[in-house]
Amino acid sequence: MHNFEFVKPSTVEEAVAALQSDEAQPMSGGQTLLPTMKQRLAAPEKLVSLTGIASMQGVSAVGGVLTIGGATTHATVATEAAAHYPGLAGLAAHIGDPAVRNRGTIGGSLANNDPAACYPSAALGSGATIVTNAREIAADDYFQGMFTTALEEGEIVTGVRFPIPQASNYQKFEQPASRFALTGVFVAKYADGVRVAVTGASEEGVFRWTEAEAALSANFSPDAIEGLSVSADGMIGDLHGTPAYRAHLIKVLTKRAVAAAS
Amino acid sequence: MPKDGGIGASTKRREDVRFLTGKGRYTDDINLQNQTYAWFVRSDIAHGTIQNIDTSDAESMDGVVKIFTSKDFEAAGGIPCGWQVTDRFGQPMQEPKHPILAEGKVRHVGDPIAVVVAETLEQARDAAEAIDIDIDELEPVLDMKAAIQDGATKVHDDLTSNLCYDWGFVEENREAVDEAIKNAHHVTTLELVNNRLCANPMEPRVAVADYSQANDEYTLYTTSQNPHVIRLLMGAFVLSIPEHKLRVVAPDVGGGFGSKIYHYAEEAFVTHASKIVGRPVKWTSTRSEAFISDAHGRDHVTKIELAMDENHKFTAVRTDTYANMGAYLSTFAPSIPTWLHGTLMAGNYTTPLVYVNVKAVFTNTVPVDAYRGAGRPEATFQLERVVDKAAREIGMDPAELRRLNFIKPDQFPYDTPVAVTYDTGNYHATLDKGLEMVDYANFDARVAESKARGKLRGLGLAHFIEACGIAPSNLVGQLGARAGLYESATVRVNATGSISVMTGSHSHGQGHETSFAQVVAEMIGIDASQVDIVHGDTSKTPMGMGTYGSRSIAVGGSAMVRATEKIINKAKKIAAHLMEASEGDIELKDGQFTVAGTDKSVAWGDVTLAAYVPHNYPLEEIEPGLEETAFYDPSNFTYPSGAYICEVEVDPDTGKVDVLGFIAADDFGNVINPMIVEGQVHGGVAQGIGQAMLENTVFDENGQLLSGSFMDYAMPRASDMPMFDVDHSCQTPCTHNPLGVKGCGEAGAIGSPPAVVNAVIDALQRGGYDVDHIDMPVSPSRVWEAMNK
Amino acid sequence: MSKISMTVNGKSVSGEVEGRTLLVEFLREDLKLTGTHVGCDTSQCGACTVHVDGKQVKSCTMFAAEADGAEVKTIEGEANADGSLSVVQQAFQDYHGLQCGFCTPGMVMAATALLGKNPKPTELEIREHLEGNICRCTGYHNIVKAIMAASGQDVPAVAAE
Repeated sequence: MHNFEFVKPSTVEEAVAALQSDEAQPMSGGQTLLPTMKQRLAAPEKLVSLTGIASMQGVSAVGGVLTIGGATTHATVATEAAAHYPGLAGLAAHIGDPAVRNRGTIGGSLANNDPAACYPSAALGSGATIVTNAREIAADDYFQGMFTTALEEGEIVTGVRFPIPQASNYQKFEQPASRFALTGVFVAKYADGVRVAVTGASEEGVFRWTEAEAALSANFSPDAIEGLSVSADGMIGDLHGTPAYRAHLIKVLTKRAVAAAS
Repeated sequence: MPKDGGIGASTKRREDVRFLTGKGRYTDDINLQNQTYAWFVRSDIAHGTIQNIDTSDAESMDGVVKIFTSKDFEAAGGIPCGWQVTDRFGQPMQEPKHPILAEGKVRHVGDPIAVVVAETLEQARDAAEAIDIDIDELEPVLDMKAAIQDGATKVHDDLTSNLCYDWGFVEENREAVDEAIKNAHHVTTLELVNNRLCANPMEPRVAVADYSQANDEYTLYTTSQNPHVIRLLMGAFVLSIPEHKLRVVAPDVGGGFGSKIYHYAEEAFVTHASKIVGRPVKWTSTRSEAFISDAHGRDHVTKIELAMDENHKFTAVRTDTYANMGAYLSTFAPSIPTWLHGTLMAGNYTTPLVYVNVKAVFTNTVPVDAYRGAGRPEATFQLERVVDKAAREIGMDPAELRRLNFIKPDQFPYDTPVAVTYDTGNYHATLDKGLEMVDYANFDARVAESKARGKLRGLGLAHFIEACGIAPSNLVGQLGARAGLYESATVRVNATGSISVMTGSHSHGQGHETSFAQVVAEMIGIDASQVDIVHGDTSKTPMGMGTYGSRSIAVGGSAMVRATEKIINKAKKIAAHLMEASEGDIELKDGQFTVAGTDKSVAWGDVTLAAYVPHNYPLEEIEPGLEETAFYDPSNFTYPSGAYICEVEVDPDTGKVDVLGFIAADDFGNVINPMIVEGQVHGGVAQGIGQAMLENTVFDENGQLLSGSFMDYAMPRASDMPMFDVDHSCQTPCTHNPLGVKGCGEAGAIGSPPAVVNAVIDALQRGGYDVDHIDMPVSPSRVWEAMNK
Repeated sequence: MSKISMTVNGKSVSGEVEGRTLLVEFLREDLKLTGTHVGCDTSQCGACTVHVDGKQVKSCTMFAAEADGAEVKTIEGEANADGSLSVVQQAFQDYHGLQCGFCTPGMVMAATALLGKNPKPTELEIREHLEGNICRCTGYHNIVKAIMAASGQDVPAVAAE
């Protein structure tokens, strides 16, 4: 890969300052960015590691809200969120593989917004708030299509706040090679309604299946969506599945997530 | 004789200690003084004319030593092909030049155009990005059937067409087969694709070359299954280096599966470049590069017809195959769809008439050659799929239809209608064993249990025949091989009785250092720890052909036995002298020479010492020393066979297939180390399940490789595999090699794909779905689409 | 270039690295610890698996500079102090859990990480834990058995004698 200057600040402020220069890029766990750099598809001149910032680490639950530091690894979320938000912890426990989970972070995943990543479905499906060094962004406003978010240049995801649902579950149908989600569905039931977020399937990236949300809000049971279907228009078609197959999986996985939600 | 050291013992592998402690020495672990690094600039276009290569900016970049293009190889030959197939009209195949670096045209994504040699790898990569290459794109040739139509764009302008050859076998049977199919009681037809695969040994290829000006000698360290073959091909045909000036070393090699048999351009490049730059040159493939530069496997499009009479006896098989050669002929590519495929089309059956037609086609894709099984999986897949389909069509148990048509145990040796003679086998025994292992009788109850959970259960059977240890050399020479197919061994007994065996076979995971030692130890009656196996270095071992085609124990092991027999014969002469007895009365047992009918004895070590300290020695009759070499050329192939049975469960909601169990009941003849043999079967079956369910090499309409990394090429993971249930207790020893062995390396990959697909079809049909074929890989989306078509 | 220091297999080491130097490059090229292998460039094969501060990571997907100050363990540090094979290493040999040996260092490091957290894993837990470690030789059968055995659980004998 191209060479770069490596800096590892210990505070958010230092990181933001380091990112002011041209061609500077933040890196958290690097589990996606680093392979991209190896392929020379990304070539920052300065790489700002966020792994040394203590304030961006950790999981805490207060008043029905789970707050996760942006640089918290998937492995940490999998264990520390389990008692508070098992649906989210279960999702984190199955991202990538054990080594990836020890390095990859929630902030990095949300900033990258890979259309097949798991975390975007949890953030959108929970109506989470993405906290940056500069502002707070509602998940509904944050995800803006494949690899596109509301983040400005140099803006860092410092944390995420998840309202804890009454019941939730994530169902991932794995793409057999990458083990990313060929399609993944996150379902969360709140007092004021149900949210259903789908990853891996759409060319627009993560999205909410609003018809299912309405049906499930009225009747939180797999039967409630029996009569619904998802259009194949705009779904991803590739080696591993056609648009119609992905559209079909959305319904299957949503039913399974509802059945499994606890 | 320690129980765990001889033939038949599951001796733990001695090579494991270095691998488990990080002390293996793979090619990429070798770094030479003053070494430079090569980075290949490869075509990102499938087909095009090179207009210009501008290296001027790159030349002046930091660390650049030299930039090479085809101009630097004008004196070199092309990469040779090791097998010439003759077509059904008696004409030799079309054989294009395969240059080291592209000359004028690029013919597949990955075709190397230029190479930067620099002080560091990153400097070489940086400079490579600064090379400006202007290519006029041409229409890519991708579809095999379209490629051989009149007027099709040609991959090679100097050939008459994209047809490498049109091969018929057995050509004299052609009309009789047509007639038999026309008049058959029932004909089952199946069209299928044998999916293109990437071998993907976990160690990517590496080549490091070092030229010594002082001695005008070259050393090449390379990830090869057969260093002598590389020395011969590269030295004699590409770079004109005589063998005594070229040493090729294949140290620890991290898997091959066929992809490391061939002589590759990168090996010739680093060897030549090392002389030009006067320093060692190292090239290490990335995995992404491996996908577009390692030879691929399979890629056949086939139509097979199976005819039977009113008693369900097979009367004829006719099969038409288009075999993709890719853009150039890799080393053994032409032999795979022909002699390693057509000769197996009788399978385990008494089918009297077989005709095989193969059209080999050039396309703008990565070259295709042998991958674990090589031709035999393609034969087995189509035959065992069509037999299964036939059984379903006529409403007969697939096991029963096979049994009815099997060659019977008393019919061996059996001459097939496809030119080969099976020496031994007992297909009824392996089938019965497999069905017993899978508890066939109670399968219906398991189907019901799955159904209760909303799942569709299916059972698939395949019974394979394989031909290993391809030989003899004079025959394969007539068939077009440009090499001999013997194997060699030198047994060097040291003065104190320990032994070094230099074998021409190469171990890259097969455990020869352990199992070969077991054989020699058993023959002499000493502890296996007294025997070392040396391989992988042309400066140490006699000329050998290496390891592929499940040949190592059957051919290399036989050479070692022959050399050891010579040792024992000579040692007996020495022992006779020492004991003042007649040579004919000397017996060797448990490392002791005795004189029959007496209590006289002399130990192995005393005899070996006498050979090297020949004070009391018959110098007038025999030479001192105890070292013998043998070259073994088999008189026939060996024919392993076996019953493979797969049980699956299909999720009707998603089409996802789970392999619940896999059974392999093999006949490998005699077995040297059961632990190693079973490990070979496990790995082969996993690769076969991978082919059947996960792996696929796909190019888009522009010839771009869509499955060019592990992100899209689905390698089997631990969670994809069941525990395997393998058995090798049915043994009909080979009659024509001294160990009675048949070879076990490829069986798993040959027998398993049809078993998996047959199981999926069985599950779907039992579930009421009208599906009689799904092409591999039977991925969830394909299964779901077949169920919902 | 910047200077980094870390503890590798119990020894303090330091070196000069570029920003882009990967941890695996530092281990293999600077420290000559060539037991850690590189089998892919997309962070999937796991041949490069090592432990950093006790956690299993892919050393091809971590910059050396990120490991500054860390405690790193590689396959070369896995054997017992007297040089004998560790329990996991010995189980891999006893149950034929390796063939070509190339993925093996990563497999062993993944296995020891699993057993550190889960001393008696089920077969399913073992298979799931190996999601990021690809073996092309063994079909995983004997790797799974070796890990079961290393955890002190009964497994069938390796092969019929």
